[in-house]
Amino acid sequence: MNDDKPMGDKPLDDLAQGRPSPVSEGDSDKRETVQQPAPSQSPENVPVSTALTSEGTEVRVVGVRTGMFGVRGPGDTSGYGGLVKPVVFPGATQRPYGGWFDEVADALEARLAQTELTAAIEQVVVHRGEITFHVRREDLPFVAQMLRDDEALRFEFCSGVSGVHYPEDTGRELHAVYHLLSMTHNRRIRVEVSVPDADPHVPSLVSVYPTLDWHERETWDMFGIVFDGHPALTRILMPDDWPGHPQRKDYPLGGVPVEYKGGSVPPPDQRRSYN
Amino acid sequence: MATTTSTSEGSQDFYADPSDTSQGRVFTVTGQDWDSISQGLGDQAEERVVVNMGPQHPSTHGVLRLILELEGETVTEARCGIGYLHTGIEKNMEYRSWVQGTTFCTRMDYLAPFHNELTYALGVERLLDIEEQVPEKAQVMRVLLSELNRISSHLVCIATGGMEIGALTVMTIGFRERELVLDLFELITGLRMNHAFIRPGGVAQDLPPGALDEIRDFVALMKKRLPEYAALCNANPIFKARLEGVGHLDLAGCLALGLSGPPLRSAGYPWDLRKTQPYCGYEDYDFDVITWDTADSYGRFRVRLAEMHESLRIVEQCADRLAGLEGAPVMVADKKIAWPSQLSIGSDGMGNSLDHIRHIMGESMEALIHHFKLVTEGFRVPAGQAYVPVESPRGELGAHVVSDGGTRPFRAHFRDPSFTNLQATSVMSEGGMVADVIVAIASIDPVMGGVDR
Repeated sequence: MNDDKPMGDKPLDDLAQGRPSPVSEGDSDKRETVQQPAPSQSPENVPVSTALTSEGTEVRVVGVRTGMFGVRGPGDTSGYGGLVKPVVFPGATQRPYGGWFDEVADALEARLAQTELTAAIEQVVVHRGEITFHVRREDLPFVAQMLRDDEALRFEFCSGVSGVHYPEDTGRELHAVYHLLSMTHNRRIRVEVSVPDADPHVPSLVSVYPTLDWHERETWDMFGIVFDGHPALTRILMPDDWPGHPQRKDYPLGGVPVEYKGGSVPPPDQRRSYN
Repeated sequence: MATTTSTSEGSQDFYADPSDTSQGRVFTVTGQDWDSISQGLGDQAEERVVVNMGPQHPSTHGVLRLILELEGETVTEARCGIGYLHTGIEKNMEYRSWVQGTTFCTRMDYLAPFHNELTYALGVERLLDIEEQVPEKAQVMRVLLSELNRISSHLVCIATGGMEIGALTVMTIGFRERELVLDLFELITGLRMNHAFIRPGGVAQDLPPGALDEIRDFVALMKKRLPEYAALCNANPIFKARLEGVGHLDLAGCLALGLSGPPLRSAGYPWDLRKTQPYCGYEDYDFDVITWDTADSYGRFRVRLAEMHESLRIVEQCADRLAGLEGAPVMVADKKIAWPSQLSIGSDGMGNSLDHIRHIMGESMEALIHHFKLVTEGFRVPAGQAYVPVESPRGELGAHVVSDGGTRPFRAHFRDPSFTNLQATSVMSEGGMVADVIVAIASIDPVMGGVDR
């Protein structure tokens, strides 16, 4: 199956086994894993795990997919049970990003260079014509304020925040994804913040974009991301006393088996399915 | 704690626990004589009153709960309680294939099902990198259905908004016209609502024979009937007295609170994604973006009314283009993505096509295998994320679609304009009268199915 086009060659095979192994001196020219400062073992500072495919495009490994037909154990007669593939997302893009992406990135970098926060942008991903800025969480309010107010940026409209849970992206399990729109320049960007499950705190942006009030409450409700500084971070869609955060991947879908003409169909999350 | 409804000792409401509130007195009002309540207030009539309005209330536009703090009839604070219609659609979509996702998201904003499907399909297509390959006819049909849907949605907004302020004629004629649009939907997709018709790669089925004539008849009829609304409402002193200056929110407020759609345009800013960030070939159609300058409920009403005329213009242009596209494909040519069978459309929705069953069961083993794989497994979507918003009748509706390279959405989050716009309730209604809360909310036009998802 050639489904995952960006990957497929040597370097990724051992990524599939787990975290990327430290690059040895010998083949560093071939496998330019981005050298991060040695990460401390606290979940605070897990760097973005990146790797390069043979074509030189960078990818981000967030998990592993095994098997093919959703069957496990002795019931698997498909012959695909041993299949192991990394789940890779598009990784950091190198300059030039193309079009107005560079203008936005330049303006952002120029403003950040005037401050202490030159490392606020962890990486920039351009994929399918959309640009994503991965922002360090402690710098998020400053970056958002700048994105909104700077003359060259002017992202005055925030479409909201959406949570994504990557349970296998160790140390960066929870992502808060903001979609910003500049009506002045007619541009759209995405800002993404990743936090570990053990410490799911993101600074609230309600003071910058008041529209995020309900959106942050929804993301707290569904993912358990705590937005520090939110005026009233309470559940919004689920009842106030609801246990757990339903949109997380470890939260079961629920449901009961359906009986029909003597047969029984298990609930959707327990059915055999392709993965 | 005293309730005025308690008739005898020991009688209790089996459906609701006694309130847990520890502050103040609780009055349960269930439609009895108001005098008995006001007498029960006694000396404490000066107290501030917190009123729970909804979630089951005919004027709250769905299962919306309003928590109003009143001083006399003036609202001093207004808050919304939502979530009563939360159905976990986004979570459910993660357990279904990419194509099945349309069946779920179409049920979110149930007055604009095509827009839900469209933003989802556009997002998936961007991830699949097939945006350029979607056939022209599919795009024209998407535009056609979107605009018809905009008309039916605006009609409901005006109709229910009218009903909530007591203008029952507006309600009856609004639903009368909406029925005509739903008849068209039924003709084209087999269903009046929840169509699951716009799918990743195109649309499910070609136009049925005679559909273009029906559409043209509809446009001709609507051109006669839409002016009736203008004649009935535009200069109607009672209607204007209820709407003008109510629910005011200026441009700065709209941007800060993320409002889009008619509320934003009623503040005078011509922001319409169909014009500013065209999708599905909207740049090829001739239409105007309607704005108003009063930033109030009346302005929103006028914007919606005029937008229906613009939508009719687009529908006409779609019909002309479709006339020249007879027999053209409505799904991508890639058989690894396109749903394998051409479904038949009957009076009970989309069903199996006997011709297709004959083909896969009797003629071609490969076709059977292919059908089986696509229907059970579906297609894989390359890993990544996309956000392609569309201009729904209520504003910017976008699906944040995340794929991990699998056969199911890893995450599908819908930025629903009803959800975002409803946040303006407090700003629009605090300081006004209770009766104006209803008008302000009706002018936002929230659809609770979209708010709660």
